[in-house]
Amino acid sequence: MKLKTYVGLEIHIELKTKSKMFCRCSADYFGSKPNTHVCPVCLGLPGALPVPNKKAIELTVMVGQALNCQINSFSKFDRKNYSYPDLPKGYQISQYDLPFCKSGKFMDVDITRAHLEEDTAKLTHINLEGKEVSLIDFNRSGVPLLEIVTEPDIKTSKQAKEFLKKLTQTIRYLGVSDCDMEKGSMRLEVNISLGEDKLPDYKVELKNLNSFRFVEKAIEYEIKRHLEIFKKGEKPIQETRGWDEKKQRSFSQRIKEEAQDYRYFPEPDIPPIRLDKKEIEQIKNSIPELPEQKKNRFIKDYGLSEYNALLLTEDMKKADFFEQAAALGDKEKVKAKKIANILINRKININKESPGEFVKDILNESKKPQIMGEDLDKIIKSVLQNNREVVEEIRKGKETAVEFLVGQVMKETRGQVSPNQVRQTLREKIESA
Amino acid sequence: MNINELTLIKAKEGLEKKEFSSLELVEAFLKEIKKKNPKINAFIAVCEKEAFLEAKKADELIKKGVKKPLLGIPIAFKDNFLTKGIKTTAASKVLGDYIPVYNATAVKKLKEAGAIILGKTNMDAWAHGSSGETSDFGVTKNPYGNNRVPGGSSSGSAAAVGSGMALAATGTDTGGSVRLPGSFCNVVGLKPTYGRVSRYGIIAMASSLDSIGHLTKTVSDSALLLSVTAGQDKFDATTSPSSVGDYQKNLGKDIKGLKIGIPKEYFQEGLDKGVKDKIKEAINEFKKMGVKIEEVSLPHTKYALAVYYIIQPAEVSSNLARYDGIRYGSGREMFADEAKRRIMLGTFTLSSGYWEAYYLKAMKVRTLIKKDFDKVFGKVDALLTPVSPTLPFKIREKTADPLKMYLSDIYTVTANLAGIPGISVPAGFINNLPLGLQILGPHFSEDLLFRLAYHYEQKTEFYKKRPV
Repeated sequence: MKLKTYVGLEIHIELKTKSKMFCRCSADYFGSKPNTHVCPVCLGLPGALPVPNKKAIELTVMVGQALNCQINSFSKFDRKNYSYPDLPKGYQISQYDLPFCKSGKFMDVDITRAHLEEDTAKLTHINLEGKEVSLIDFNRSGVPLLEIVTEPDIKTSKQAKEFLKKLTQTIRYLGVSDCDMEKGSMRLEVNISLGEDKLPDYKVELKNLNSFRFVEKAIEYEIKRHLEIFKKGEKPIQETRGWDEKKQRSFSQRIKEEAQDYRYFPEPDIPPIRLDKKEIEQIKNSIPELPEQKKNRFIKDYGLSEYNALLLTEDMKKADFFEQAAALGDKEKVKAKKIANILINRKININKESPGEFVKDILNESKKPQIMGEDLDKIIKSVLQNNREVVEEIRKGKETAVEFLVGQVMKETRGQVSPNQVRQTLREKIESA
Repeated sequence: MNINELTLIKAKEGLEKKEFSSLELVEAFLKEIKKKNPKINAFIAVCEKEAFLEAKKADELIKKGVKKPLLGIPIAFKDNFLTKGIKTTAASKVLGDYIPVYNATAVKKLKEAGAIILGKTNMDAWAHGSSGETSDFGVTKNPYGNNRVPGGSSSGSAAAVGSGMALAATGTDTGGSVRLPGSFCNVVGLKPTYGRVSRYGIIAMASSLDSIGHLTKTVSDSALLLSVTAGQDKFDATTSPSSVGDYQKNLGKDIKGLKIGIPKEYFQEGLDKGVKDKIKEAINEFKKMGVKIEEVSLPHTKYALAVYYIIQPAEVSSNLARYDGIRYGSGREMFADEAKRRIMLGTFTLSSGYWEAYYLKAMKVRTLIKKDFDKVFGKVDALLTPVSPTLPFKIREKTADPLKMYLSDIYTVTANLAGIPGISVPAGFINNLPLGLQILGPHFSEDLLFRLAYHYEQKTEFYKKRPV
């Protein structure tokens, strides 16, 4: 029996708007005192009404276009009715049959839809003065939440991880969200099932996956678990499972007897939303250069290697730093390639150094007389011999001790060498010895 | 001069001419409430202290020559209008101790215009009802016959104005809840176009149908209040940006030559003969004033009540979900029968497997009902119909049979489904029991409705007949 893996993803992303989805409370709540970013609307008080945040809709449409989705020119919000203490209205305002974005494709994975909804409040269960209590913090209630749903097109755990990495990178490029899983601004759900030729009629939902690595491991684990069940001639049951990182295994959280009925109906408090072609086009034009395009441009315009271009476009900040440095370097006849190499190899901290300072350092270095070849070899050899204990520590894994040796060499040569080159030579010698 | 007999406009003039002070005005109404409310039960709460305080402030301003459209005028508020710091219950024990932290937009606007909150009026709990009998705080009695219902759900508001305990009172109309009690208590009831007045801060019943209106003694009073409450609200996405006029300006403008349609579906089986005859008299009055009368048809009318009782409970079931026992002190077991009935109905019709057959179909028929009106308003300027098929009925006459009760709204729900405005105006009496006529118009035609109603009112003056 040859079984195929079917993995689909559901990704929730908090949008980085100034105000919440349906009220004017600040959406930037992380680290704030509980229940300080609240108003009648996000508390769901009697009489309060939602007014949609235009910016959040624009950001959603922007993400949709970056994921090559079709944008619905006629869209609406719906009520998803269910009862839970973190949901003050007893329903979540979401989108049902007319999401803003549908039918996209990203990294060869079909995107079913991308829609906008509101985040829930946050529950904390604690022991307060000897009593088990649940506390509700409404700061998160009503923060715009973008949900991206993929088709079960993903075949391997590695593909899932790559997809998520690229997606996160793209969304960060768009400036739409931080996608910070620790702060909860990105949450993942995985649907997985195994079947012969077509999508089987069961699926296991994996929740509480707090990193891409957990996603990878959980998928691996589930594939094995499902296979073993099939080997016994049985079928895995439809359920929701969590991932236990300590025990390195998934565990059952909830077995769904039947699908929950959310009794969706159009949100009567919000008129349907029409986006005309011009608006959609305007949003499209505001999409910044995305990682793939930027990488290709770096290769073409700066003559970088594919690998270096990829590294430099990992995040937009790094890419911008490089481009600024390259422009400054160009005036001083320093090649962009060299700037890229140094930037990557020396692991320059771009948060502490400005592109100008960085280029200046490169220029200073090239002006200094350099000690090279046999002279340098001699000095390095003697430093290694005089610091055997340090070398031993490095061999045992204390990588940072290399910096001490680099310092010693710099001292001996009165700074007339490139520390980067020294570091590399030191490492090679320690490893090969 | 009996202050309690004054209309809102007359009271405003009296204040401006310094015939009496705001304090005297407030005192007169509080006195009347003390006298009549124990019997009629129109108020859930009377804001004596606050009203006195505000009246003194208003008198200061009047002395300084400050002019505001409602400066010093006491107004009663239906108890589903959130009033900051003043208990707001929607006449349900679920919210028995609820004190709002903010004012509804309509409350805010009226207060800014100088109005004083006199008290909070009784109503059907959550506005579910046509008689006022579902209130958790006791039945309100009709000032024109104490064994009769005042109509609902704005029962207390209509009874308060009808009995002279208030100059004017606010109301909400989801299926006729302003117009019906208006008709039963011989007062003017306005249901504005959906989106004309903000719903923000008013305890929602059925969000796509709720209209925020008011009950007044005269049409001019109604026009004055709408000039204050109408307008776009940044807190209500369903309010319209269309401009708000001075609704009093055109009241006297001639109505000769206007065309009024008589929809035949509103005069068929189920309509009391007495009521029918009175409405025919009213039609004749309009004819005499030079209005052209034409019979028209709204063929989907017969489905209106069914459609209404799918859509309304569906929205009710969702809107009442927030009263989950976690935050408002009382659990869901405190909901009374009518609310429970609507929650169950709505939950059922929205459930998977039934949604298409009920909710979706109802929405489609709702569109057809709207189209009926669009078509007819291409031919006529307005429509004239009865408000209720019957006179004010007896207390407990219909409580045992919810379907019979629901039929009270048969002529009013259509306007809510279509989102059009409607006004009910006193149209005479049968055995000393009042009844009203309804004028319906296209979206945002309040100006025209006021004009037609005003001419009829001026000619008939039924509003002048006070209860004995």
